[in-house]
Amino acid sequence: MSRHERPSSETAPRPDADGIDRRGFLECMTWAGTGILWSMSGGVASGVGLGRALAAEPVKALTFLQISDSHVGFDKAANPDALGTLREAVARIRTLKEKPAFMIHTGDISHLSKDKEFDDADQIIKEAGIPVFYVPGEHDLLDDGQGKAYLDRYGKGAKGAGWYSYDHGGVHFIALVNVVNLKAGGLGNLGVEQLEWLENDVAGLPSSTPLVVFAHIPLWTVYPEWGWGTADGLEALSYLKRFGSVTVLNGHIHQVMQKVEGNVSFHTARSTAFPQPAPGTAPSPGPLKLPAGELKKNLGIATVNFVRGSEPLAIIDTPLEG
Amino acid sequence: MKRSRLPLPPQVAALAICLALGALATPAAAEEVAVSIDNFTFTPAEVTVTPGTTVTWINNDDIPHTVVDKKQAFRSKALDTEGKFSFTFTNAGDYSYFCSLHPHMVGKVIVKAGG
Repeated sequence: MSRHERPSSETAPRPDADGIDRRGFLECMTWAGTGILWSMSGGVASGVGLGRALAAEPVKALTFLQISDSHVGFDKAANPDALGTLREAVARIRTLKEKPAFMIHTGDISHLSKDKEFDDADQIIKEAGIPVFYVPGEHDLLDDGQGKAYLDRYGKGAKGAGWYSYDHGGVHFIALVNVVNLKAGGLGNLGVEQLEWLENDVAGLPSSTPLVVFAHIPLWTVYPEWGWGTADGLEALSYLKRFGSVTVLNGHIHQVMQKVEGNVSFHTARSTAFPQPAPGTAPSPGPLKLPAGELKKNLGIATVNFVRGSEPLAIIDTPLEG
Repeated sequence: MKRSRLPLPPQVAALAICLALGALATPAAAEEVAVSIDNFTFTPAEVTVTPGTTVTWINNDDIPHTVVDKKQAFRSKALDTEGKFSFTFTNAGDYSYFCSLHPHMVGKVIVKAGG
């Protein structure tokens, strides 16, 4: 089975694909034929399907999981029970036949950075039974200390506003923070201190080391009119140019999007709380209230498979329903 | 239906009319000005007020926002839905502000003495 499989029209992500095709706002966005296999409608079944496909490979795969934008505390019309849908997402993780090595959470754990919101999120996420690596979203830095609550809870061993790196299974993982000190009129921001750290962090690595970079706001410019991008993201990526395989995982925009540029694959995950509109299809990026029955088709988790020696990582986006 | 109906003293009525006329002449000359936040936009995006005016921002979105002066004269906490933040402008000048969560949201308060 080819891992360069094109998603069928049945499995294509209708709302996301619709928005992009209609807008044509990113010509370089490639939905198929990029080497990334992803399935929107198969739920766990397609995850298992890919698992079987990968099992045929001679090399053992590293599987990890991404969840994002759980917004615990959100209770508005778009989803009155964000805690409940996070619980469903975690339940789905527990049913995966192949247990992921760990989970990354790409930010907006809480809605308003309240202790109870973090407590509730932690309580549910730990039920997944795997280690979790966090980066903050802008909603996680709303305490009086402007991020102190997040750092106290999740930032042990991290640098600055919470960035760090680690190695797992031959892959170097880099967790970046681009939601601090945002400038008026601007986008996400990494800042000079973090960029210097990043340059040093990868300086000693052989170019053959696969890199996975994750941060809350997309590191690539998705839609600047809504602030969906990172002002100094290109500078960060310039330090990673020499590496043969770079995967960038983000959240923030509450929908699946991906593109491939050279050796870099970009991917954004769904939220577990509420969807947001495709770029430019609504007056604002505010929570999208869907007709009854549609919500859980637009929430979900992402499973990432990495096979040593293969080109990009295989990412499967699994909705909570549908 | 019970409702107390106190007669309006003539002085108050006269004052109200003066204020109303004043408001018509220079819309931002009142001492209270409201800026609403809808669809990730400050409306009106720019207001001109006299020194001593209190500006109140009201968040009508389903997502929290903040109101932060670029030069740090004021900074609200996160305003959840229907959350409000007020600041009284005593010094003349231009105050450019933004939402620190969604920095593409920008607005301006111009404070100058009335003519």
